[in-house]
Amino acid sequence: MSMTDRLATAPAPEAVFDAEEARRARMARIERVAKWVLPVLVLAVGLWLWDRVVVWNEIPKYILPGPGLVLETLIKDWPILFDALLVTLQITLMALAVAVIGGVGLAVLFTQSRWAEMSFYPYAVILQVTPVVSIAPLIFIYVDNRTVGLLLCAWLVAFFPILSNTTLGLKSADHNLTDLMKIYRASRWQRLRYLQLPSALPFFLGGLRIAGGLSLIGAVVAEYVAGTGGIGSGLAFRILEAGYRLNIPRMFAALLLIALTGVVIFAGLSFLSHLALRKWHESALKRET
Amino acid sequence: MTPAPRPLLPLGKRARVLEMQGVDKTFNGAVMALRKMSLTVNEGDFISLLGPSGCGKSTALRLISGLMPPTAGRIVWEGGEHAGDLGMVFQEPTLMPWATVAQNVWLPFRLRGTAFKVVEGQIMDMLALVGLERFAGAYPRELSGGMKMRVSIARAMVTQPRLILMDEPFAALDEITRQKLNNDLLALKARIGCTVIFVTHSVFESVFLSDRVLVMAARPGRVIRELTIDAPYPRDMVFRTSPAYAAACREASDALVEAMGEAA
Ligand SMILES: Nc1ncnc2c1ncn2[C@@H]1O[C@H](COP(=O)(O)OP(=O)(O)OP(=O)(O)O)[C@@H](O)[C@H]1O
Ligand SMILES: [Mg+2]
Repeated sequence: MSMTDRLATAPAPEAVFDAEEARRARMARIERVAKWVLPVLVLAVGLWLWDRVVVWNEIPKYILPGPGLVLETLIKDWPILFDALLVTLQITLMALAVAVIGGVGLAVLFTQSRWAEMSFYPYAVILQVTPVVSIAPLIFIYVDNRTVGLLLCAWLVAFFPILSNTTLGLKSADHNLTDLMKIYRASRWQRLRYLQLPSALPFFLGGLRIAGGLSLIGAVVAEYVAGTGGIGSGLAFRILEAGYRLNIPRMFAALLLIALTGVVIFAGLSFLSHLALRKWHESALKRET
Repeated sequence: MTPAPRPLLPLGKRARVLEMQGVDKTFNGAVMALRKMSLTVNEGDFISLLGPSGCGKSTALRLISGLMPPTAGRIVWEGGEHAGDLGMVFQEPTLMPWATVAQNVWLPFRLRGTAFKVVEGQIMDMLALVGLERFAGAYPRELSGGMKMRVSIARAMVTQPRLILMDEPFAALDEITRQKLNNDLLALKARIGCTVIFVTHSVFESVFLSDRVLVMAARPGRVIRELTIDAPYPRDMVFRTSPAYAAACREASDALVEAMGEAA
């Protein structure tokens, strides 16, 4: 029976709308609004409380600035902070790009050669579980170029989720489809391109979303370790510097920018993932019932 | 341009497709999944492997398709190994969820390096034959179970391979859809003239579809009876209600009971 047949024989929409359905539809509508209104409400109340606590207790601004002052500082220091943001963002995105290339490349290598996987996978895990803060000082001893050092740190943190997710995805191709490829005498390359890579896409995109956040963390941590700045310093360095000068409002402003950057990266990667999967993957589909 | 049917010679004169000669398959040196299986497949045959779970039906198909080598015995293809000129339908539709229906059917051509445009006509004709021409651009998730299975069959048949293997393709479908697909499969066979080895648990399905039914028993997996169903094609509802059909079903059923008894 074709889909149009089924539609034609179904009763009119009003008729199937019983009380239960109506209730569910109402709930869905309320939830759609609440999803946005509630967090905004929490934010407003939080900001108001913050402001009141500062005012009522007459807390000095070098201990805890109010939200108004933070916003003011953000605007006043925008030239400095924006330059710093660009630096951090540049490291983050470059690290993410290298993590994608390195992670996917290694994953493909691992699935093509069991020997390569057996030889190198344990070391990928070791790199991942060693906290980057503890490796970073060494990196900056041996790597002269500051940008390269930062990049290396951020990459170390970011590449593993992409590697492990993509490896899992490449291996989770449907067994019957894999057999079919063999029956049709597909080459290794064809199997990779037509079966394994598409199967791995949802896994890769999941890893990418994690890696986006991690590369920002890696970039910030590396900057803390790298210290000295001057020109070409990122947000983390500005936070440190403001801390030494007891410029607490600027610390908050920089922190706000970092948090916003993280949110934007996550949202952007989620949107990308949705675009890539919306036509076929379960995760991107609305449930029909 | 409809796919030109392979010309079918009368029974007796048809070309040999392949021969299994005393094939054994043992797993882990212990499990005898198949013992001394011999089978001759001629062009245009519709052969069913009927038997209880675990009697080596899937193993036989995997050996024929070359997915694994036999432990002993030989599988001889007429005119050399199949080299990919083979269709396979699994119990699940096994479609690529990221590709449209037409792209799924394109797969065997694509693996031979043929561009979509070149075979688009053939793909569309094949989809029309399975009644899905309007769904060429749909994704598998938009289709019902029966429709997905039709796509899977279209993919197996579109290149008109020398042999099509089907491993319980309709086992997961409801009875009505199953009967419909059985009828359609015979219609397709009449149109395209394909050669099929069909694995099933169902006595009725095997008798309705095949000209030969091999009844198999388990532990060790082997063929215990070979039935010939003489009724001419095309077969339809008239055949389903005929005494000849009932008699053949009884015979296959008895053999199956014997197969289960031996295993126990
Ligand atoms: N890869 C394998 N390794 C070990 N044993 C196997 C393997 N494949 C199949 N067997 C064994 O071989 C025997 C036959 O299996 P097979 O899958 O061919 O049965 P079947 O007739 O297709 O059963 P079903 O109707 O349940 O699909 C079973 O006992 C099974 O356990
Ligand atoms: Mg089986």
